Amino acid sequence: MIRVILPPHLRTLANIEGEVALQVEGPATQRSVLDALEARYPMLCGTIRDHVTQQRRPFVRFFACEEDLSHEPPDAPLPDAVASGAELFFIVGAIAGG
Amino acid sequence: MSRVRVLVGTRKGAFLLESDGKRENWKVSGPHFAGWEIYHIKGSSVDPNRLYASQTSGWFGQIIQRSDDGGKTWHQPGTPPGEPTTTPDGTPKGESNKFVYDTSPKSGKPLTTHQFYDGTQHPWEFKRVWHLEPSLTDPDTVYAGVEDAALFRTTDGGQTWHELAGLRGHGTGPKWQPGAGGMCLHTILLDPSNPKRIFIAISSAGAFRTDDAGKTWRPINRGLKSQYIPDPNAEVGHCVHRIAMHRSRPGVLFMQKHWDVMRSEDAGDSWQEVSGNLPTDFGFPIEVHAHEPNTVYVVPIKSDGEHYPPEGKLRVYRSRTGGNEWEALTKGLPQRDCYVNVLRDAMAVDSLDSCGVYFGTTGGQVYTSADAGNTWAPIVRDLPAVVSVEVQTIP
Repeated sequence: MIRVILPPHLRTLANIEGEVALQVEGPATQRSVLDALEARYPMLCGTIRDHVTQQRRPFVRFFACEEDLSHEPPDAPLPDAVASGAELFFIVGAIAGG
Repeated sequence: MSRVRVLVGTRKGAFLLESDGKRENWKVSGPHFAGWEIYHIKGSSVDPNRLYASQTSGWFGQIIQRSDDGGKTWHQPGTPPGEPTTTPDGTPKGESNKFVYDTSPKSGKPLTTHQFYDGTQHPWEFKRVWHLEPSLTDPDTVYAGVEDAALFRTTDGGQTWHELAGLRGHGTGPKWQPGAGGMCLHTILLDPSNPKRIFIAISSAGAFRTDDAGKTWRPINRGLKSQYIPDPNAEVGHCVHRIAMHRSRPGVLFMQKHWDVMRSEDAGDSWQEVSGNLPTDFGFPIEVHAHEPNTVYVVPIKSDGEHYPPEGKLRVYRSRTGGNEWEALTKGLPQRDCYVNVLRDAMAVDSLDSCGVYFGTTGGQVYTSADAGNTWAPIVRDLPAVVSVEVQTIP
């Protein structure tokens, strides 16, 4: 079970409180986690990654185990602690401005 | 007695302002979609309870929201409330937020790049929906004007959107370039007397018209003069800020251009300047009185470098002669130290017997006049910056 934390605006959009627990088919990767997330909450399609290119939106970042995973390939395995559910997978809206 | 519902889009959410026909006491609801930019909300003239909203964010992209109960509840059309969000095989049901440019060979033409700020060619990239224009006959059909400039349409109540690619593909697309606010298609006018005729406007490409329901388009910018365009007869490249028409006379158009207020008597085939005695002819919105086709409203703004009213006085100007002769409307509006702007989609009129006029400011005020502009009063003073104002007159 993968545990995901969404940014507040996306939690509101998907009517989610707290973290989301996702069952992921196959290896836990960014792509498989986002596929599972969008399958359960289709209103999130296009908000985290582009509808067509499936690229991460520029101001969205991924963190886990105190590491920035945003630039990891989408099919790279996530850390074991995320795959096991011991650690959270954070989807974060980048802080910008002053 | 009829009542009115004012639909306000702001930088941080949507607000609905409702009153009876006297327009003195207002009930305010919101913020809806708190924290998101709401570029536009508009109701169907066929079904006043059907509202569409463009909710957008630099972080999370475009969301289309729909209400079927006059704004009490909202949902994304692809995932109606209470229904499963996926099909039995697990596929997401709705694609109501998906705006994908048509690059099919059938559409023809390049459809790939436009001119960028530096003169180079740049790929079309979807950013947001600026304007939603519901059909005059079908509540499930809506047109969407988007940035980068293109026109989309839904015929299933917002569940799916498809581009009317003839606009970008008609030939001048590679010459279009963004204005300071982006390359946005911000105005959509549907001709009530001819369902096949649509007018649109793009900053800063100009105005365009279709006479075959969106298959083919042509620029309608003859007579527009834009400083710094080397060719005075340029077919495109004009920064049109807004167009308006009266439904009884759809061949007569009024335009607020970057500079200049213009009028066309021939559905845009040619334009004449009608700025007349305005203190400045720069501005964004332009509107026409609900019952007087020759009565027009603008809000003069000092200049393109100083986006606020001249002399710190917020004045709506009204012409009862279709332009050229303008009078300042000031009663109830701040006449000192006022430095707000009024954006292009932030003015509207109701259709009560005594025509109401409404506008919102970047300072968060929404003003109304229940007597066609003679006197004004704020409905609200402290909203986030107002991006758009629409009004529904409800029997």
